[in-house]
Amino acid sequence: MTTTSLTPTRDWWRIPQRYVPVLATLTLLLVMYGVGVSQYRAFSNVQVIFNVFIDNGFLLVVAVGMTFVILTGGIDLSVGSVVAMTAMMSASLLQGGVHPAPVLVIALLVGPMLGFLMGCVIHFFEIQPFIVTLAGMFFARGMCTFISKSSIPITDPFWTSMAQERIGDPKGNFVSISVLVAFVVVIVGAFVLAYTRLGRNVYALGGNQQSALLMGLPVGQTKIAVYAISGLCSAIGGILLSFYTLSGAPLIAVGMELDVIAAVVIGGTVLTGGSGYVFGTVLGVLVLGVIRTLITFDGSLNSWWTKIVIGGLLFAFILLQRLIGIRKK
Amino acid sequence: MSGRQPVLTMTAISKSFPGVRALDGVDFRLFPGEVHALMGENGAGKSTLIKVLTGVYGNDAGVISLAGQQVSFSGPMQAAAAGVSTVYQEVNLCANLSVAENIFIGREPRTLGAIRWGEMRRRARDLLVKLDLHIDVTQLLGTYSLAVQQMVAIARAIDIQARVLILDEPTSSLDATEVEQLFRIMRQLRDEGIAIIFVTHFLDQVYGIADRITVLRNGRLVGEYPTAELPQLALVEKMIGKELDVLESLDEHAKRDLAAIEANTPFLQAEELGRKGSVVPFSLTIHAGEVVGLAGLLGSGRTEVARLLFGADRADHGKVAVDGKPTSLRNPIAAIGHDIAFCSENRRTEGLVGELSVRENIILAMQAARGWLRPIPRRRQDELVDKYVKALSIRPADPEIPVRNLSGGNQQKVLLARWLITEPRLLILDEPTRGIDVGAKAEIQKLVVQLSDGGMAVLFISAELEEVLRLSHKIAVMRDRQLVTELANDHTVDADRVMQTIASGTHHEGPEA
Repeated sequence: MTTTSLTPTRDWWRIPQRYVPVLATLTLLLVMYGVGVSQYRAFSNVQVIFNVFIDNGFLLVVAVGMTFVILTGGIDLSVGSVVAMTAMMSASLLQGGVHPAPVLVIALLVGPMLGFLMGCVIHFFEIQPFIVTLAGMFFARGMCTFISKSSIPITDPFWTSMAQERIGDPKGNFVSISVLVAFVVVIVGAFVLAYTRLGRNVYALGGNQQSALLMGLPVGQTKIAVYAISGLCSAIGGILLSFYTLSGAPLIAVGMELDVIAAVVIGGTVLTGGSGYVFGTVLGVLVLGVIRTLITFDGSLNSWWTKIVIGGLLFAFILLQRLIGIRKK
Repeated sequence: MSGRQPVLTMTAISKSFPGVRALDGVDFRLFPGEVHALMGENGAGKSTLIKVLTGVYGNDAGVISLAGQQVSFSGPMQAAAAGVSTVYQEVNLCANLSVAENIFIGREPRTLGAIRWGEMRRRARDLLVKLDLHIDVTQLLGTYSLAVQQMVAIARAIDIQARVLILDEPTSSLDATEVEQLFRIMRQLRDEGIAIIFVTHFLDQVYGIADRITVLRNGRLVGEYPTAELPQLALVEKMIGKELDVLESLDEHAKRDLAAIEANTPFLQAEELGRKGSVVPFSLTIHAGEVVGLAGLLGSGRTEVARLLFGADRADHGKVAVDGKPTSLRNPIAAIGHDIAFCSENRRTEGLVGELSVRENIILAMQAARGWLRPIPRRRQDELVDKYVKALSIRPADPEIPVRNLSGGNQQKVLLARWLITEPRLLILDEPTRGIDVGAKAEIQKLVVQLSDGGMAVLFISAELEEVLRLSHKIAVMRDRQLVTELANDHTVDADRVMQTIASGTHHEGPEA
């Protein structure tokens, strides 16, 4: 970024406040990684990082969609259920002998469609996103058990090849297809937010809806679009999850929406909207992943410690956001 | 202008809201290359007319034609695309976006759908330089002052290649030099053939720039006049619909004997009261029945003083005594307990609850003071509310309509009524007359005099020196977050002297001293 300087040069070292939360997350991530490396010899293995991506690829994709929603000041509680529903639907269709190509198309259509409908309800009836997406969450979870009460295994060759494909370097480090898909989603998401009108309208809407309206921005379309985008990301996330587990289970990804929201907020996106970056969300997801890895490496700690640490971090980050908000005033 | 075609005509426009007939058969025409002032009291229908024009509201009846074509805009974007751009009274931009983006959002230069940030920044800089504004366009808008934000809003409007530019109270947050800067731009645009609708409450500004004036009253058209043929007094009479002599009668009030007031027991004494980063410690004594004016430029710390005295901000330095007894005003509840009331500057965001009715808004503070477990009987509520709706002539006089449907001046009166009902002994008024019309202004000023005659102490904050001089017994002058001096408002004090004090920051003695 070239800023021909109208700001005094003595301020060159000063970090713009909008980047502070993201940098805080980055620092936290580096510190945690440093702790891991210093405590456990195997932690410095590159594959540890790759595994964090492999295990959290689907979470990352869903979190990108959630970033759009939260940037407008909204929330989407339906993502976990939509992920599960997409995985269930794919598993069920594949079990019924449908070719993988139409399965992918259908799976990728249902999520955004539900998001679109929820967006329409939120916009046209001026209902709180919280309650609309809560309804969507119950609906999609109900659909899972409607499809099947028990887990459906996936044996389709395309799916299994996707699950087993390893893309790696000669030293044997590798990532899965999911990670590549997640990277594409992250890059597209970041591009849309930074370089398209839709993306900028998302920020404007989160900053001040009334102003956005008076500036003549398509507020309604933008609002509906973010929920559809979140639905699409959940659908992609659902497919990635079905690659990962090679099954569809009605009770998978329960409570995942809360992990996703936590990741987005820890990544520096302000819950009231208007400020945040996809890059921050990537960091947020990594923070969650590294916490889990650390606890796994320790071996003696109960996995619930993950929740406790995430809880503490969430507190710290919303306080940080608040402090920055107050200082701005 | 008779030989030219108007660029815009609005014919027989009507618009109603629940409980309010905002516009009733209003005609309006606008010629290219003129600055046309739209005048009227609060609630006269100026803002509604503009919102109907730009498609924010639909009209119930009437026809709008732009350059001979009948139009009906679906919203501000469509209006702007057709060349009708608006800058609203409150800055309607997004503080979380950069300056450049605020100017161009919705119209960003793009290649293949991707925004060209460099080009956008360059164009934003060029545009702002034309307006003589040299700021970093990559910074967030929220980091700049309200005045700068207003100029950015104007830059945005200008860049849309407007044929009609609507400026709705653009000057209410600008200081004198900024207003002059704005006027220079307005003249420049007018000479380029743009038609400008200028809505303002400042009469001097109308005579400084407008070519013609259209006056509205109570949603009806009063008439359209060339500025040169309508003397200021006649304009005011047309706006309020009656002869105006209230203001003259007020002038004598302030010049009364200060000594008599000072002989009263002091109600509130602040000694070296201050707060780091907010106000430099100051001392101020307010007596019962005294009006203390707080003068100073925007941002000089006037509001901060008020907030300290009301406990809205906590002082970290100094002492306060009420009725001679030391006390601490650590929060608004404590201040209210000492019968101090505070009418804030931002009536929309800090004072009123838009969805509640006039009655509910008025009762709010009193109910809070009584505690929520002892509801005020409905009959008593109605009595009180009726009394104050009448006393302050709140219009429309229906206490059951939502406050948000009232005009700015009437909202201000509702806020005042809310505090008056609690019978405070010190009333802090922060810019009570900003953005409201002459008639309502005179009524509020008259009220301040009545209240102080009745023994109430008033701290009166205003950017308009004339008003401060008219009402105050004593004027405290603020400059750079510091109370620089107190002037007894006797016959030696006039606007020039106060202005000098603000400018120089020192106490100038009168000529006879």
